[in-house]
Amino acid sequence: MTEESQKIMDQALIDELANLIVDGLNLEVSAAEIDADAPLFGQGLGLDSIDILEIAMMVSKRYGFALRSDDENNTRIFSSLRHLAQHIAEHRSC
Amino acid sequence: MNALMNSLPLVFADPDQILLYRQQGGDKHAITARQFMADAEALAGNLTTGPCAHQFIVNLCQDRYRFMVGFAATIVAGKTNLLPSTFTGETLRQIFIDTPDALCLHDHDDWPFPYPHFSLAHLSLAHLSLDHISLANRCHREPSPDFLAESVKGHLEKPSRADASSALAARVQGGRSAATETYQTDRLACASYALGSEHRPTQQSGRGLPPASRSVGFSRCPKIKPEHVVAQVFTSGSTGLPMPHNKTWGKLVRNVEAALQQLALWSPVSLVGTVPPQHMFGFESLVLLCLIGRCPLWSGKPFYPADIVAALDAMPEPRMLVTTPFHLQALLDAQIALPKIDRLLLATAPLSPELAERAERVTGAPLFEIYGSTETGQIATRRPTQSTAWTLFAGITLTKAHPEENDELFIANGEHIEAPVMLSDRIHLRADGRFDLLGRVADQVNMAGKRSSLNYLTAQIKSIDGVTDGVFFLPEPKKNQARKNRAGKDRAGKDQVITRLCAVVVAPASNAADILAALRDRLDPVFLPRPLILVESLPYNATGKLPQIALQAILDQHLAALASKDQPSWRIPADHPVFAGHFPGHPLVPGALLLDWIVERVAAYWQVSSAALRIEQAKFAHPVLPDARVTLDLQAEADRCRFTLHLHAGETNPVAVSGVLSRQKNDEASDAKAKHA
Repeated sequence: MTEESQKIMDQALIDELANLIVDGLNLEVSAAEIDADAPLFGQGLGLDSIDILEIAMMVSKRYGFALRSDDENNTRIFSSLRHLAQHIAEHRSC
Repeated sequence: MNALMNSLPLVFADPDQILLYRQQGGDKHAITARQFMADAEALAGNLTTGPCAHQFIVNLCQDRYRFMVGFAATIVAGKTNLLPSTFTGETLRQIFIDTPDALCLHDHDDWPFPYPHFSLAHLSLAHLSLDHISLANRCHREPSPDFLAESVKGHLEKPSRADASSALAARVQGGRSAATETYQTDRLACASYALGSEHRPTQQSGRGLPPASRSVGFSRCPKIKPEHVVAQVFTSGSTGLPMPHNKTWGKLVRNVEAALQQLALWSPVSLVGTVPPQHMFGFESLVLLCLIGRCPLWSGKPFYPADIVAALDAMPEPRMLVTTPFHLQALLDAQIALPKIDRLLLATAPLSPELAERAERVTGAPLFEIYGSTETGQIATRRPTQSTAWTLFAGITLTKAHPEENDELFIANGEHIEAPVMLSDRIHLRADGRFDLLGRVADQVNMAGKRSSLNYLTAQIKSIDGVTDGVFFLPEPKKNQARKNRAGKDRAGKDQVITRLCAVVVAPASNAADILAALRDRLDPVFLPRPLILVESLPYNATGKLPQIALQAILDQHLAALASKDQPSWRIPADHPVFAGHFPGHPLVPGALLLDWIVERVAAYWQVSSAALRIEQAKFAHPVLPDARVTLDLQAEADRCRFTLHLHAGETNPVAVSGVLSRQKNDEASDAKAKHA
């Protein structure tokens, strides 16, 4: 992913995803409060493996493709909301 | 009778039987028992030389193959595997306090902990065969006393590429026979591991033989003494310290043989598992079913539904999926085409009858559930679509813990159980010897298959600097599913939501973020509280206990405050207890109640205790009647927050209360500044 394509990343997708995550996981933050560049695991949003599997389910339903553990970018995909959105933008089928 | 006669093989499979399947890049490798043992023996050699002579090996590998190589090598070297089920810094710290000479085997790319360790990731990421030889080289040709120091830095010497790649090519191209040949011509890998079975007829992967027949195996396969403590598995003791439980090879062999009988696994099945090998269920039903039950194992760690499907696809039939209700639900909900599954093996968390029925209908495979604990190992099974009752393994007995009382507590003993253990579930024993589970003993919690105890979690939070008191509790399952339903309207399971733990904490000098960070170092993430609520004091009752109902009330209040965050409105119902006895005939919402609500709301917004807030101004402009709806607007700047509470009254929304709240920190700071000046 180049710097340029990151820039043209659709902010709308990030917002939509933030809403999906906050709603789907019943998080205590509002979608607008999620920093698109903060880590989703650990110190950032503090998600765990239960959440990740739930997100994977939501993504496959909403965007029509399945996440895989053996994707070599896997660490990166969940490193931030922006990276997750990028991954979805590249792979979505709907 | 001498010890040798009593001793048991480490690997029960035929040397040429495929023991593991492994994904390497785009290719799938089949690994025979012989190849596996060569890897394990090579590593064992390194574990026994020079500074590597640690008696306890903390095996944290996540890849099943690396885990198994480490596990077998540790045993061959006469040592003990330590298998913690969580890998937090605090867990490792405690383990190293108890066993300072331990060594961590792991497959992480980077190692964040200050303990002696050795990464298997560097050994097998490139090519299994190549690394295989590199290990063997180190072991037999140039044993190196500084092996550990070197590997800590992650710089392992590789053999020359020409050497290794020819052996690799031979093995990859030729499949099983070529692999055997490679070993016959390339003795270096197995100098101390005589392959005495070439002349023996290959036994069709052992299919059709009685389970785990002790006559099958290598003629020179390592023999393990039954009393050898091959592993210590850990539970969280109520004191907050990890408690080790010894597992001897003899009892583990009996355990797996009993399981094979109980599950009628007369011939090997391919295993795909979502559970970690360090967890007792994964340890028994993946690692030991492979070593003792001769079932070929998928080496990957499937997590997403698509991973599980790919792993199943990569394995020969018949296949058994070893998983938890949580992963199974996700797999079925994904609505993707499933490869043929011949059996489902579930454990770790209560499985709903609906999910069991649905899983059998969708996969066509019989679903078996295992009951057990880290202390006892597996002790009972059931087919939930046929009966709710559990059938004990032969020879296992349950006896009442307190014969005089009807407390439904039982002690399990017999066969592979190392020492009598009180079960953490309440039990009803039927006349025919089968039993029903009545529910958990109150202290126990289970989050998506991971177990802990509230006492343990509470001890952890109290041990954090700055926390003066605190408690964990499991809230009632959420009644109000409005938000959830909106997000997951097409979700099949209605009980999908996992109820998260809540912590109520007194920490006047700390904040939620710091406490959470400290907890994150101590606990598996699934046990982190959602939410963590800061309070002034805990609601102890007269007998010094913390009633669940009082804790739940704190949570409800907190959630009510938060629920109004996006749309901060509140309806004060006419039957609210506050109206009883107040203003008979002319009920009004007391100003104090409104202020309390506002303060809680602002405290939640800042994530501080409401005790840390000060009401600087409050102006009551309009009375609020029962059943009225109010909306709160906040304008927070630094440590001051202006609030306006509007009343919904048809077209007009008059201001009911307005004012300013401040955080105490600000006052203290300005006090300090004033003094300084």
